[in-house]
Amino acid sequence: MDAETLEPERYEFFERQRFSFALDRRDFIRVFGAGLVIFVAAGETFAQESGRSQRGHEAVPAELAAWLHVDESGRVRVCTGKVEIGQNIRTSLSQAVADELHVPLASVTLVMADTDLTPFDMGTFGSRTTPTMAPQLARAAAAARQMLIARAAARWHVDTAGLRTSQGEVRHADGRVVTYGDLVRGEALSGTIPAGVPVESPNEWTVRGTPARKVDGAAFVIGRHQYTPDIARPGLHYGRVIRPDGYNARLVGVDDVKARAMAGVIVVRDGDFVGVVAPSERVAARAANAIVATWQVPPGQPASETIYEYLKANLEEPSSPAVGSGAIPDGARALSATYRIPYIAHVPLEPRAAVAEWTSGRLTVWTGTQRPFAVRGELADAFHIPENRIRVIVPDTGSAYGGKHTGEAAVEAARLAQAARRPVKLIWTRAEEFQWAYFRPAGVIDIRSAVDASGRIGLWEFDNWNSGGAGLASPYDIPSKIERFHASKSPLRQGSYRALAATANHYAREMHMDAIARAINADPVEFRLRHLSNPRVKAVLEAVADRIGWASRGSRAIGIACGTEKGGYVATAAEVARRDKGFRVQRIVTAFEVGAIVNPDGLRNQVEGSIVQALGGALFEAIEFADGRIINGTMEQYRVPRFQDVPIIDTILLDRRDLPSAGAGESSLVCLAPAIGTAVRSLGPVDTALPVRMS
Amino acid sequence: MARYLLHVNGREHEIDGEPGDSLLFVLRDDLGLTGSRFGCGEGQCGACTVLLEGKATRSCVTRIGAVGSRTITTIEALSSGPELDPVQQAFLETEAFQCGYCTSGMIMAAVGLLKTNPTPSDEDVARLMNGNVCRCGTYPRIVRAVRLAADRVAKATTGVRDGR
Repeated sequence: MDAETLEPERYEFFERQRFSFALDRRDFIRVFGAGLVIFVAAGETFAQESGRSQRGHEAVPAELAAWLHVDESGRVRVCTGKVEIGQNIRTSLSQAVADELHVPLASVTLVMADTDLTPFDMGTFGSRTTPTMAPQLARAAAAARQMLIARAAARWHVDTAGLRTSQGEVRHADGRVVTYGDLVRGEALSGTIPAGVPVESPNEWTVRGTPARKVDGAAFVIGRHQYTPDIARPGLHYGRVIRPDGYNARLVGVDDVKARAMAGVIVVRDGDFVGVVAPSERVAARAANAIVATWQVPPGQPASETIYEYLKANLEEPSSPAVGSGAIPDGARALSATYRIPYIAHVPLEPRAAVAEWTSGRLTVWTGTQRPFAVRGELADAFHIPENRIRVIVPDTGSAYGGKHTGEAAVEAARLAQAARRPVKLIWTRAEEFQWAYFRPAGVIDIRSAVDASGRIGLWEFDNWNSGGAGLASPYDIPSKIERFHASKSPLRQGSYRALAATANHYAREMHMDAIARAINADPVEFRLRHLSNPRVKAVLEAVADRIGWASRGSRAIGIACGTEKGGYVATAAEVARRDKGFRVQRIVTAFEVGAIVNPDGLRNQVEGSIVQALGGALFEAIEFADGRIINGTMEQYRVPRFQDVPIIDTILLDRRDLPSAGAGESSLVCLAPAIGTAVRSLGPVDTALPVRMS
Repeated sequence: MARYLLHVNGREHEIDGEPGDSLLFVLRDDLGLTGSRFGCGEGQCGACTVLLEGKATRSCVTRIGAVGSRTITTIEALSSGPELDPVQQAFLETEAFQCGYCTSGMIMAAVGLLKTNPTPSDEDVARLMNGNVCRCGTYPRIVRAVRLAADRVAKATTGVRDGR
């Protein structure tokens, strides 16, 4: 991965672990069953051909990214360490495989995110699945199809050129047909991806590019899908952890007499860790309530009112060059502003949870995380056991939005299970999820700009404290640009979030572009276009301007914003109206372009959903805290978007079949807040902070 | 500790517990009915919604001591066999979910809604289901799904009345 790719996730850790094994024929059949397997080497992309030949029995690459197996019944099983968290990759990756292998979508099964079954994967974040994993699997499927054609040709003593594949069968022009299953029966065939294996161009797609339904959708509408909190094990017990009264607290004393006296209850003490295990969740909750723990919370911890000064004053390292050094060109008009972005919470509806089970020194943990292999590492560190004695399994998870890169519940459940000598399930309460998970970073953004008499920006100095570097770079053509990120010492635990800092950076940038346009009486859309040469940004901006009726807006309060992030190009327009002393959002139009569209309905769902989620950060979400405590850490107090908050949402998807597909689960939310903020400016002055408020 | 007789999905279950114990955890842990999800434990998100005597109810804040003889229906009993309830079918066809964690509760809330208001408008659905959270933001699709189910049930009912 290059530096640019890592940038959006600067708050996360990266480690590389090797996955290596050697298979003989018996091992192969034991692991995979008979059939054909294609190994996908890690790092294998369109740009880097593996260069290996196709002989039918390849050595397994030292580092794998995935593998694909065709069994004797023609069923296709694909193993990938990626995680399904609602972004719908179980379906979109299946589409890629079915398309290239020429099999029905229903015959493809993805085995995902199981550290014993799937190759190492760094994690599911940064919109990387579609641009990296999908092409790898497509090439693996194409390689498998080539091998199957070659086998059919050998069996029939014909040239491969006369053979066609469809619906899991190879056909000869003379009418002979053989199924993939028949071709691999009793075999142990393996291969890697040969150099130059052709994959279909988007114009040849028949499964990709179609609105395939979620492959296992039925399991969700009948309530049968098992998320981590639903996993049952023989002899399962239930855990609770006794939490400190605040951040950085020290345990002073514990009175656990009452809890210990409760039937079936085990109290677990290990340093500052205090937990209970009980035969039922109900008893575990009662036991936890019966424990009186005394904590000392350090006084004087930062509060939400003072966080912005704090972030500027407490840097990880000194800033250089000095902020405010950009020279204002002679005769230019200078404009500057400071934008403030609060911490916000992910609030995944499935809270952190884990089921942990120790069996003869081996640990198995089911948990909802975006980084199963990193969680395996956390467990290895916590329990001082090698990773090969730990298995982490991630059931398709009740969402994450960047908020589940870690394994807190996994470690805690494993500690409780170790003490109780039984499998233990731990489900964090909503209050724990608010207080002890992590947040999207708060940030301060200072912009200094200068615009000349002809209405062109000559200086753009953009300094972001703590929000992050994603989306920092302006897409606008400006001769002098200084764009810096300054890492601060965050008093609250912070980490990734859907689109991460791109939301804050787009908010500040687009609010400021609008402010400049207004200051010089320029049309805000025309003003942007004047500074844009990127055709993809221009295309989405023009699409929303057209759909919202920008040119004929008259007195309607409409705001507009555009940008690009993680290979996605997005513009959003918002129409607002006065309500009481504030405003309400009436209509949202978003245009989104991510190259060739893999699943138009899935993409539409993601875009609409991201807009709804972004409404929270734009209109009301902000973590309030003081004295080491979250003040609004309940679902009742921390408002997330609900049915009645949703305006008319109009989504325009631009399908660029000439361009590779980018990940689409994140970027479409980044322009909503500035679209609303700039729309509200038409009603009156607006604070330079999120959530959007009239001054 | 007391013993409670609960009528769940057409069967009777004897449960030992405290009167204040949450119905949700009895359903999930004692009866293995994990289709009702734990989302917030505050009665604020609706992921745990079940029908209590036909009325959509937050099971996480329902105490077993307060259930009495009322019947409880969970997502597991909404349909039997391959035939889905019209609301389930509409959610499936509309793909009114992403991660799916809210889906059981949304479907149960919609079923409860349609019992009292069989022909809701979009605004009715939004107002009456405002207590259910979809953090993935699929609300517009859920509204469409509920309306689709309502339309189909209305058509089917008309058909029965007309003797078709």
